[in-house]
Amino acid sequence: MSTLPFDPLLAAIFAPLAVALAIACGLPKRFSVKLAYVGFGLPLLLALHVWFYYGTAAQTHGYAFLTSYSTGLDSLGIGLKLGLNGISLPLFVLAGIVGFAAGIYAIQSGAERLKIYLMLLLVMQGGLMGVFASVDIFFFYFFHELALIPTFIMVGIWGGRDRNYAAMKLTIYLTLGAMLSLIGLIALYVKSGAHSFDLIELRRVIAAQPLEVTVQHNIFGLLALGFGILVSLWPLHTWAPLGYGAAPSSAAMLHAGVLKKFGLYGLIQIALPLLPAGLIQWSHPLAWLAVVGNVLVIGFVTIAQRDLKQMVGYSSVMHMGYAFLGIAAGSTLGVGGVVLLMVAHGLSVALMFLLTTSVYHRTHTFALDEMGGLAQKAPVLSALFVAATFAGIGLPGFANFWGELTIFVALWKFSPLITILAVAGVVISAVYGLRAAARVFFGPASPEFTKIAAEHPVSDLRWSERLPALILLAALMFIGFWPKSLSTALDATLSPAPAGQVGAAK
Amino acid sequence: MDISVLQTLASRNLWGAITPEILLGGLALVLLVIELLFPKEHGRIVPVAALVGLVTILGGVLFNAPSAYLNQETFNGLLLHTHGGQVMRVFFLLAAIMVCLIARVSLAKQSLPRVEFYHIVLVVTAAMMLLAQSNHLVLFFVALETVTIGLYILVSYYRTSLTLEAGLKYLVMGALSSSLMLFGIVLLYGVAGNPALPAHTAQSMHYGQLAAFLAANPHNFLASIGIVLVLAGVAFKIGAFPFQIWVPDVYQGAPTPVTAFLAVSSKAVGFTALLALAGTVFASYAWLVAPVLTFFAATTLLFGNFAALTQHNVKRLIGLSGVSHAGFLLLGVAAVSRAPMAVGAIYFYLFAYLLASFAVFGVMAHVAGANDADQELDHYAGLAKDRPFLALVLALGLGSLAGIPPLVGFMGKLFIFIAAFQAGLYGLLAIAVIGVVVSIYYYFGWIKAAFFETWGKSADAPAHPERTPVDFVTGFALSALALAVVVLGFYQGPLGAWLSAR
Repeated sequence: MSTLPFDPLLAAIFAPLAVALAIACGLPKRFSVKLAYVGFGLPLLLALHVWFYYGTAAQTHGYAFLTSYSTGLDSLGIGLKLGLNGISLPLFVLAGIVGFAAGIYAIQSGAERLKIYLMLLLVMQGGLMGVFASVDIFFFYFFHELALIPTFIMVGIWGGRDRNYAAMKLTIYLTLGAMLSLIGLIALYVKSGAHSFDLIELRRVIAAQPLEVTVQHNIFGLLALGFGILVSLWPLHTWAPLGYGAAPSSAAMLHAGVLKKFGLYGLIQIALPLLPAGLIQWSHPLAWLAVVGNVLVIGFVTIAQRDLKQMVGYSSVMHMGYAFLGIAAGSTLGVGGVVLLMVAHGLSVALMFLLTTSVYHRTHTFALDEMGGLAQKAPVLSALFVAATFAGIGLPGFANFWGELTIFVALWKFSPLITILAVAGVVISAVYGLRAAARVFFGPASPEFTKIAAEHPVSDLRWSERLPALILLAALMFIGFWPKSLSTALDATLSPAPAGQVGAAK
Repeated sequence: MDISVLQTLASRNLWGAITPEILLGGLALVLLVIELLFPKEHGRIVPVAALVGLVTILGGVLFNAPSAYLNQETFNGLLLHTHGGQVMRVFFLLAAIMVCLIARVSLAKQSLPRVEFYHIVLVVTAAMMLLAQSNHLVLFFVALETVTIGLYILVSYYRTSLTLEAGLKYLVMGALSSSLMLFGIVLLYGVAGNPALPAHTAQSMHYGQLAAFLAANPHNFLASIGIVLVLAGVAFKIGAFPFQIWVPDVYQGAPTPVTAFLAVSSKAVGFTALLALAGTVFASYAWLVAPVLTFFAATTLLFGNFAALTQHNVKRLIGLSGVSHAGFLLLGVAAVSRAPMAVGAIYFYLFAYLLASFAVFGVMAHVAGANDADQELDHYAGLAKDRPFLALVLALGLGSLAGIPPLVGFMGKLFIFIAAFQAGLYGLLAIAVIGVVVSIYYYFGWIKAAFFETWGKSADAPAHPERTPVDFVTGFALSALALAVVVLGFYQGPLGAWLSAR
């Protein structure tokens, strides 16, 4: 049992926000940086703490560490209610780990106007911890937006190429997605008659009196569309490669790694248990969009990329296809696989963005054609990059393997044809992943790179870059070798959920 | 002397019910006296006197809340002191305080007499407060005309050609709408007094009597024309489509504090009137009022947002964005009949709009140069570097207007959306979502001008007028607004409960 004298979830949310506030109030740069370590470190420690004690913590309505605080809107059924179940625990931990890695990478990055940069990242970190700790779906949405706004600003100020256009496009797409899902959540609130945004209360009311089937279809459609835009479901994905291509590395790590999982998490935590009939209605269109659009079309588009960062951006869009497939499959196994894949992908894509930026600092270009032979000069960087590539492809030993494997097994029951197409996607990701690794690190150095290396001596990864990379890789391998550390809690939460019955009914 | 006469007089003395309005009128007169007594220093004393007086009156209203006359009719039914009326009193006082603060900054850039400006603001505010509590079409019209005539003067206060053009446009359009509304009122009065009809009444201007008459004659042709004309007159005040054509020009030409006054108080006046009329008096004509409101809401949302997209002058931009906010509020009004929470939602939205708008107008007043109509987006380039405080307040205000969580504007939109969903207005909701997404573009463009261009690689920022330094009082007020915009976004606390109490 947890023995902390305070609520670990609330502390994990407010520690980064408090540090951001302190920096905003004009703390000198030296202290700001030190305090930022605390702001990023505390959520990680608390996340690990709740992970460790989750099994023994007291459970209320399937949630551990459940607490609620009033924000003055009790009459509308809105209140800050925090808790973790088997689905949110892995993502809470993911947010802690990736947040810490992105944070210390940002602190050492030497970005201009570092204080504002750290402040925005800290706000984002606080929002991320809140998204996955919220039981109240109003605050779930609220914290998502809190984390989303800094992304726009960071792309707009610190972004690379086309940052203005990217920031604007990102903002408009993601606002549209968020607004549609907000309407979906309001629909759920009004139509359920629960007059509460509290997920536990909503579950109770809907279990007693399920929604009409057409209502379920409509709300699920709204949520799938809104969340789909946020998770870059094809053909509404175009913001993602552009945005990630322009975003500063820590923002891309946090957004692609953690924040983007909001939509999938929302579908799993809210839509699947409350709207089972909606899933049956939409699962086939969703699955075909995901497999043809995200996995195959985007897979080939990824192969065609000549820009390393764009390639990582597109590959993250592609992997979201697998997650949608797992949700479409609907069974306990499939959904469990999605949660595992979300964690695994979050860690691996954050690692990829980090290493890509480190490559850029050495080659001064993202163009794959102008690289080559970096392995001789930066062996640690190349080893880590190859490991991250393997993780992305889904080789055994990394967490991604378990996620993809379980999704494929669950998907076979749903539709063998779709499964075969989806497995073909693994080959595609092997092609672009390995080819990129080979282009960047092996073979003879290109003339352009030789010239740049002569001007700026190339060094291997510094410790400030190694540490976050190693943390991410260690987490990937820990889950890869011991998936049970997450799946026990996940299984306990998912098994009695209606999602299982949907799969059985098929 | 027989003391009982005095006692009877005292017990029937209802002037206490409108003490704040009387005090405001008195304060306005005191300002004129100050000008006479201190001909040299009045430029400095008058704004301070106006502000101190307003704050005192606001304190008094809050201290005496809820009013002893709550839910009573006074002055033979001319006034009805509802909870909503009390809320709006506070609203108009807060707005007047902010208008005076902005005027202190803006008027200093012009060489013009100042006293009359504050005098008119106070009188207009008193009229607005009476209008929010009116229960009779005569008082309603008189108060509305007092507001409008005061604003005619204020709009053309600066005497530049653009300002005079704005004043003329506002005068012509305002006169047109007033006459439309008056014609509607006369029709209603005439029909309701017709002895041939059931439930006819001699007191046909009284809201309660009129409502009873309309309920007894739910499909009277003349009454429905009267209702549409009255609604059209109100639509002019709130800048609803198709009565919005005056908005961009007048907002651009009017002095910045007057633009703020028009954008916030004048719009709120329209909505209090609309809530009282469409929500209660015309309730039995829902078959007519609901489609009219739906039409207003849909077209206003679309027009406001799309028209604002192409604006480069920030005063026109904020004017058209204000049109879109009127659209969101109309969505709430359209929901009132079927979702009771809509009333609280509209009040909350109005307060959220007040806080955010004045934050933005406060910044605009500091950024503007001597030519008040010339406030372009380009002038904001580099604001984040030169004046980080103003840039922060601007970003929070615009973010709240755009409805971005965790700012208060988001909560306002959320409540309106919930109410609209409860009322089943799905089509309007879809339009509102489009409106929100489109609005992000132009608000974001403004924030971009203040922030992103600053730190871009291109250092050659366009020329901009001299920025006024922020003095202590204005700085304090702007910080308070910014803080409220943030804090009320996640902790509504007693404010939410107070606004939604019926």
